[in-house]
Amino acid sequence: MGVEGVGVGIEEAFEQAALAITAIVTDPDRVRPERAVEVSCEASDAELLLVDWLNTVIFEMATRRMLFRRFQVTITGHRLRAMLWGESVSRSRHRPAVEVKGATYTELEVKHQKDGRWRARCVVDV
Amino acid sequence: MDTELFARRSDTSWSVEPHGPMRVPAVIFADEVLIRDMDRKVYDQLCNVASLPGIVQAAYAMPDAHWGYGFPIGGVAAFDPEEGGVISAGGVGFDISCGVRTLLTGLEADAVEPVQNRLADELYRTVPAGMGSTGAIHLDKTGMEAMLKGGARWAVEAGFGRAADLERQEEQGVIAGADPACVSDRARQRQTDEMGTLGSGNHYLEVQRVGEIMDAGAAAAFGLVSNTVVVSIHCGSRGLGHQIGTDYLKKMVTSAAEYGIDLPDRELACAPIDSELGQQYLGAMRAGMNCALANRQIITELTREAFARVFPGAALDVLYDVSHNICKEEEHRIDGRPRRLFVHRKGATRAFEPGNDSLPAALRPFGQPVLIGGSMGTASYVLAGQAASRERAFSSACHGAGRAMSRHQAKRRWRGREVVGELATRGIQIRSPSMRGVAEEAPGAYKDVTTVVRVAEEAGLARPVARLDPLICIKG
Repeated sequence: MGVEGVGVGIEEAFEQAALAITAIVTDPDRVRPERAVEVSCEASDAELLLVDWLNTVIFEMATRRMLFRRFQVTITGHRLRAMLWGESVSRSRHRPAVEVKGATYTELEVKHQKDGRWRARCVVDV
Repeated sequence: MDTELFARRSDTSWSVEPHGPMRVPAVIFADEVLIRDMDRKVYDQLCNVASLPGIVQAAYAMPDAHWGYGFPIGGVAAFDPEEGGVISAGGVGFDISCGVRTLLTGLEADAVEPVQNRLADELYRTVPAGMGSTGAIHLDKTGMEAMLKGGARWAVEAGFGRAADLERQEEQGVIAGADPACVSDRARQRQTDEMGTLGSGNHYLEVQRVGEIMDAGAAAAFGLVSNTVVVSIHCGSRGLGHQIGTDYLKKMVTSAAEYGIDLPDRELACAPIDSELGQQYLGAMRAGMNCALANRQIITELTREAFARVFPGAALDVLYDVSHNICKEEEHRIDGRPRRLFVHRKGATRAFEPGNDSLPAALRPFGQPVLIGGSMGTASYVLAGQAASRERAFSSACHGAGRAMSRHQAKRRWRGREVVGELATRGIQIRSPSMRGVAEEAPGAYKDVTTVVRVAEEAGLARPVARLDPLICIKG
């Protein structure tokens, strides 16, 4: 399944791609941004950084058993820092459709488009 | 896709001769309808696989193939370490050793049907399914280490099942060469509370009726009796396998240039089998395979507990357990010469021929059971490996129906409650934590499994033994 984030900057595009992962599992509007989690990752180029970022989010979802609704990404050079806001998975309220296994390098693209906006996308395995 | 892309070798075999960077041909086993329905990306991905170093004979796609990441799902490729052959994390998949195990209940369908709802509830309550579910076992550091090395045998020794269960599994339930030191802390963390859980997506536990016997001799040896009930469990190595896949895909992507591998696409990330990274992945992947075998073993015992509450005394013996996301070291004869190859099967099942020494004595004369998963409302099949498959595709066959439609398309077309209601009118009980998940997994989102099985037979990959019809499906 593909995820794609579009934003005025690369950071917003990354945030939107992460939100798309939540949307694979449940309706993001059902997720309350109650608790914050801080993460960071690093990679040698923007595309590898996207995969690393999404896999970091997937890892936090799996091990904390949480879903995330809000993301705030800061990229400095090859390093990404982010805050994620969400809550514990509730099977009755979120009705999670599927769990996400990992982000892949398939259809991977981070692009500054002609219209000035950034697009970040790849295929994730569910 | 367009059949013009291929040279037709037979009614069920299509090939692409090597061109550009391809080192060997690409071969798809399918009939004309299946080929036309396949995405063009299956062709692209298979040609890319055929260009990897050390690939032997051809890159193959099974009749249920669809596009995946890196390798197509339904892909088979063998590599020779003596010719610089590679191992690929994308060639195995994230869900390492995902597979199917079938249990024989010995119960008549007529006895199960009156208590179908109660049995469905018992199974749904006993076997954890879906995102956010946790298993009853919490693994500490020592337990994790023992599980990664011991596989299903560890589970039996921990009280989940009996020694006889191990005889009916590939490698008797324990994969040699597992190296827990190659499994990251993150992978272990993801597995701490996930032992004995089904997972989600296309994973399921299904109670099935033996609807048709197609090979009486093999069916009798496999313990399949018409109109009796069996249970099939489809799941894999859970969070641990997913994280091993994530960790090693990244390592392989970033170190390919170091090993002199020119990747046509990052998604084909791989490492030479004999390299340090290749060996580390093998050690980690084999630990992941043990995790999957242990997981299916625990679920087997949970299934027995649920059955015992409705049918005290039901034995639930293991028919067989197959993995369909694996890389295995096997000997195959190429041009008359035996060679040690690393066979990747991603969404493909090993299908050893009758007489193969590795099979349990009772099954050996008939070939390895090949367990083909269905799609909730449709049939599943038990096939048997046959000799021709060794030459055709390194003793491999299909693994299921294969998706014909994306989850997104399926969600737009069906509503989960309607799918559950429609299946109930056909005598099939569904239990799932998510109606959206049911819609995304609607039977219509898959290819026709009966066509896939017919083509696998015509192509000489495996022969059908029995058809299994669903009665209850627990979806994650």
